[in-house]
Amino acid sequence: MIFLQLFYTFTKIGIFNFGGGYAMLSLIQDEVVNKHHWLTVKEFTDIVAISQSTPGPIGINAATYTGYTAVLNEGYPVWAAVLGAVLASLSVIWLPFILMISISKILMKHHKSNTVQSIFGTLRPAIVGLLAAAAIMLMSKENFGDPSDSPFVFILSIFIFLFSFVGSRLYKVHPIIMILLCGLAGLLIY
Amino acid sequence: MGLCTDLFLTFAKIGGFTLGGGYAMVPVMEKEIVEKKHWLKKEEFMDILVVAQSTPGLFAIDMASHIGYKLKGVLGGIIGALAVALPSIVSILLIAIFFQSFKDNVYVEKFFMGVRPCVVALILAPCFKMAKTAKITLRNCWIPIVCALLISAFGVSPIWCILAAGIGGFLYGKLSS
Repeated sequence: MIFLQLFYTFTKIGIFNFGGGYAMLSLIQDEVVNKHHWLTVKEFTDIVAISQSTPGPIGINAATYTGYTAVLNEGYPVWAAVLGAVLASLSVIWLPFILMISISKILMKHHKSNTVQSIFGTLRPAIVGLLAAAAIMLMSKENFGDPSDSPFVFILSIFIFLFSFVGSRLYKVHPIIMILLCGLAGLLIY
Repeated sequence: MGLCTDLFLTFAKIGGFTLGGGYAMVPVMEKEIVEKKHWLKKEEFMDILVVAQSTPGLFAIDMASHIGYKLKGVLGGIIGALAVALPSIVSILLIAIFFQSFKDNVYVEKFFMGVRPCVVALILAPCFKMAKTAKITLRNCWIPIVCALLISAFGVSPIWCILAAGIGGFLYGKLSS
């Protein structure tokens, strides 16, 4: 049952999300692309780009889009797909919310304690690894083109990748501007 | 205007006007909640920020529900969380409906062919900044490397990495004290 699967999967994504934003991408990708095949690698990458250019947290954006697409691909009508989108989005929120209400007072008192500090001492570096994994998993033929099939696309993709990396890391160009520039380059060249 | 309506409108505005989400929302939230509405003092806001970073869940949603909860109890929390998520859900739904019929369009595909490598770079770039905030040194740099390898090369679920890192840190703290 697709609705139950969406609920369960996005509840899991919500509760195991520490550090927010991009940090959860590898988790979403693992569940949505690798395990359930609700989205292709290409679609997933496109959603990250769309998320950067629309309001709201990336986790909600991914949940909404995946919920809609997954239900539609199962052959349900559009209204059911809209329902799936809303369900997936709320699934991300509900459990952390209950947890927050029940433990926030305790955490407020103890967030400087040694135990909490030592847990985050290893959790934070691990989350950097999660983020790196998300980037590595997206360095695929689907996103960069196949070097033997279409060497031109592959070389140009590498060039766009380096250009974007330098632009955002060294020159702090806003992600939306970067995405628009690269999209325009794609339109003009391909 | 009642506090609930005010809460809803304020968080919907914050959710709707911060592109990219997450940490981009912090300065906007601070301005609205602390400076304009005087709902919280600066120190209270900073405390909530630290706790939101260390509780599971989406950062922006955590912040909104925390602040709502503090002002108006459980109802306030629900209003805050839903209001900050609403603009995101609506805009992506519209895009999803639109995108389903246009994604096979030649020009859309060309545009995204250019965008995809850029996205990968945009994900990789903050790694280095995050490495600094996470206080990664020569001594603990094996943690992110092992996690990234396990996930990307061996298909291990990121959930196991998070659990292992949390429990490992807890035990390390207990043993070394």
